[in-house]
Amino acid sequence: MQDFKTVVVDTDFLILGGGMAACGAAVEAAHWAKQNGLKVTMVDKAAVDRSGAVAMGLSAINQYVGLKDGQNTIEDYVNYVRNDLMGVTREDLVANIARHVDSSVHLFEKWGLPIWTDENGGYVHEGRWQLMINGESYKVVVAEATKNAIGPENIYERVFITGPLMDGDRCAGAYGFSVRENTFYVFRSKATLVAMGGAVHVFKPRSSGEGQGRAWYPPWNAGASAYFTLKAGAEMTCQEVRFIPVRFKDAYGPVGAWFLLFKSRATSALGGEYMQERRPELENWLPYGHVKPVPANLRNYLMMLDVMEGKGPIYMRTEEAIKKLAEAAPDEKTYKKKMKELESEAWEDFLDMTISQAILWAATNTAPEEKSSEIAAAEPYFIGSHSGASGAWVSGPEDLAPPEYFWGYDNMSTVKGLFCAGDASGASSHKFSSGSHAEGRIAGKAAIRYIVKENVALPTISDETVEALKAETYKPIKNFADNSASTTQKDVNPNYLRPKMFMLRLQKIMDEYAGGVSAQFTTSKPMLDKGLELLTFLREDAEKLGAEDLHELMRCWENVHRMYQAEAHVRTVLFREETRWPGYYFRADYPKMDEENWHCFVNCRFDPATATWEMMKRPILHLFRPAAQAAGS
Amino acid sequence: MPSFVNPEKCDGCKALDKTACQHICPNDLMVLDKETMKAYNREPEMCWECYNCVKICPTQAVDVRGYADFVPMGASVVPMRSTDAIMWTVKFRNGQIKRFKFPIRTTPEGQAQPAGGFAGAPDLDGPTLFTEPDSLGLSAVWMKH
Repeated sequence: MQDFKTVVVDTDFLILGGGMAACGAAVEAAHWAKQNGLKVTMVDKAAVDRSGAVAMGLSAINQYVGLKDGQNTIEDYVNYVRNDLMGVTREDLVANIARHVDSSVHLFEKWGLPIWTDENGGYVHEGRWQLMINGESYKVVVAEATKNAIGPENIYERVFITGPLMDGDRCAGAYGFSVRENTFYVFRSKATLVAMGGAVHVFKPRSSGEGQGRAWYPPWNAGASAYFTLKAGAEMTCQEVRFIPVRFKDAYGPVGAWFLLFKSRATSALGGEYMQERRPELENWLPYGHVKPVPANLRNYLMMLDVMEGKGPIYMRTEEAIKKLAEAAPDEKTYKKKMKELESEAWEDFLDMTISQAILWAATNTAPEEKSSEIAAAEPYFIGSHSGASGAWVSGPEDLAPPEYFWGYDNMSTVKGLFCAGDASGASSHKFSSGSHAEGRIAGKAAIRYIVKENVALPTISDETVEALKAETYKPIKNFADNSASTTQKDVNPNYLRPKMFMLRLQKIMDEYAGGVSAQFTTSKPMLDKGLELLTFLREDAEKLGAEDLHELMRCWENVHRMYQAEAHVRTVLFREETRWPGYYFRADYPKMDEENWHCFVNCRFDPATATWEMMKRPILHLFRPAAQAAGS
Repeated sequence: MPSFVNPEKCDGCKALDKTACQHICPNDLMVLDKETMKAYNREPEMCWECYNCVKICPTQAVDVRGYADFVPMGASVVPMRSTDAIMWTVKFRNGQIKRFKFPIRTTPEGQAQPAGGFAGAPDLDGPTLFTEPDSLGLSAVWMKH
């Protein structure tokens, strides 16, 4: 095996990840660090200009509260999120993000992001909380402000983080490796922020070949946040709350603009609107079935009922929506102009954020003003920033959190010195790109405050520890190097397993036993128990992962990270004996929602010392009186 | 194959220390073949078709062919990105061509100032973030009581 040199980097505040939350943390922390003579360091496995979930661009900002114009209140946003998650939400966290998110949006605009404005100079809303943008360079602009704030010399790109560096019960940094050079990195820090995204490809995707890459959420989000926080021993929350988006079929183009801006209808092939025809089904999911907008999982569920009855394909009636909007024009000339404008808006929606969908439209000769396009439920994803909720259980802010939710510093996990934001923090859904940035800022300031107030010192890490972590990190390289000569085909070898097959094995287990696409998102205790048995074999075989080069070494670790996310999910789905989010998953053995026993958070904790899992319930405490329940009483 | 490289146009970014596509790919897919000095996508089934390699290529050598397992052949979507706008040419399978141009930023490249010109010098204690409350357009950060 080749030699790998070790580089130790000392810093005060270590930011892991380079996406929206990480960039928010960096730009905020840089300000406070300068005042206090502290150093901020960022580590990204890709290039910050185009990393994270916004790497391609976005066509809308999904969270803008509009406080300065009195458009909405913080309570409005909290009510919206609580209801969409069927009552399971940390209101203190959602309110904290909501009170700062407009500030991040206003900064984006100053940095150079074009936000659509109307004739009066006001923002053009896609929906109540959503703003339309020309977002091709959204991430480029946000990354630029980050680099200007902390300095390019403090950013390590193409360094993959394997896991946490612990100093007793405190997180004191991270370790990982360069995917470009033979360099092993140890980052020693006083506070560490995890913002390495959610998880894709834990479940088998619908596509079977090249199209596997066309996940709705990017394939490079591979569970690094969940692994890091679990391995640090942090308490996790909402690990059962996966998200299954309904999008344009196969290429997963966004539907938000069609539903909200263009007011399009979605119908079955027979022409019926499932949202109207299946309204009585919502009565089974009260009080959430009565709220507006109808929670995303219930909308999915009503559509799935149509599909299961053979009423598919399901169509977005694009031609009807465009015609209706253009018909409002008073004369032929304005009509043509309006049609042209709508056509351009429709294409930009895809070209800004899901270019594959534009290719699919062109390849199938689809002009949206002429014919409908199919929509479908995708596969499950772990994305605490969107309509999922999985992530670490973090402290709320001092002025909003009840004592049960407060332990000193905003967004600090239950592990000292370990902060989380974006997809890494749980029970605070619907933060999207802008809210993730704002949450990163909240966490960034809190981390600097923690370092200053607690007078934290850098850890002492022994040479033996460094060598052990290094050996663990490069073990797949060694497995491959030691054994590849023993067969004539390097893919097939009894002594190691390549990461692609490891991933497919994980996906098959999750798909079939944990309620993936093939199982119609349905599972049960016996199925989950069987899945856990198979995951145990997989965990043992992870020791035998083999990597031919540094790129494949990254793939090995990504799949280990996915496997931990998978196990946290299976155990939590198993523990919660009810079906609360039909449309995301069904427990066939507990097909109803059980408010009496399960109106609570389900949290879990992995004990790194004993490799055992602990499951627990945590109470849902309100910052505001729940409007849906009040309406029903 | 999702992204693919035209060998006649790719010069391996030979004047640079690394190829542009290799530098930018969020999924570490683009790699330089040291023998031919041409770049290629090493894992087409892990490509998100984010087009960052296409947009950054100095010789327009990178293109995208839709995912073969569900996209009919014959279409193309080609961007031309400048410092403040992007122009897209969409070619349908039936030959129809559409062209769209959208702005991408309103400030000169490199000029994004962290504070965005907002005032605000709050304290390390309390919920007020840097640039706030000015950047909120409010007189103070919202508090429950």
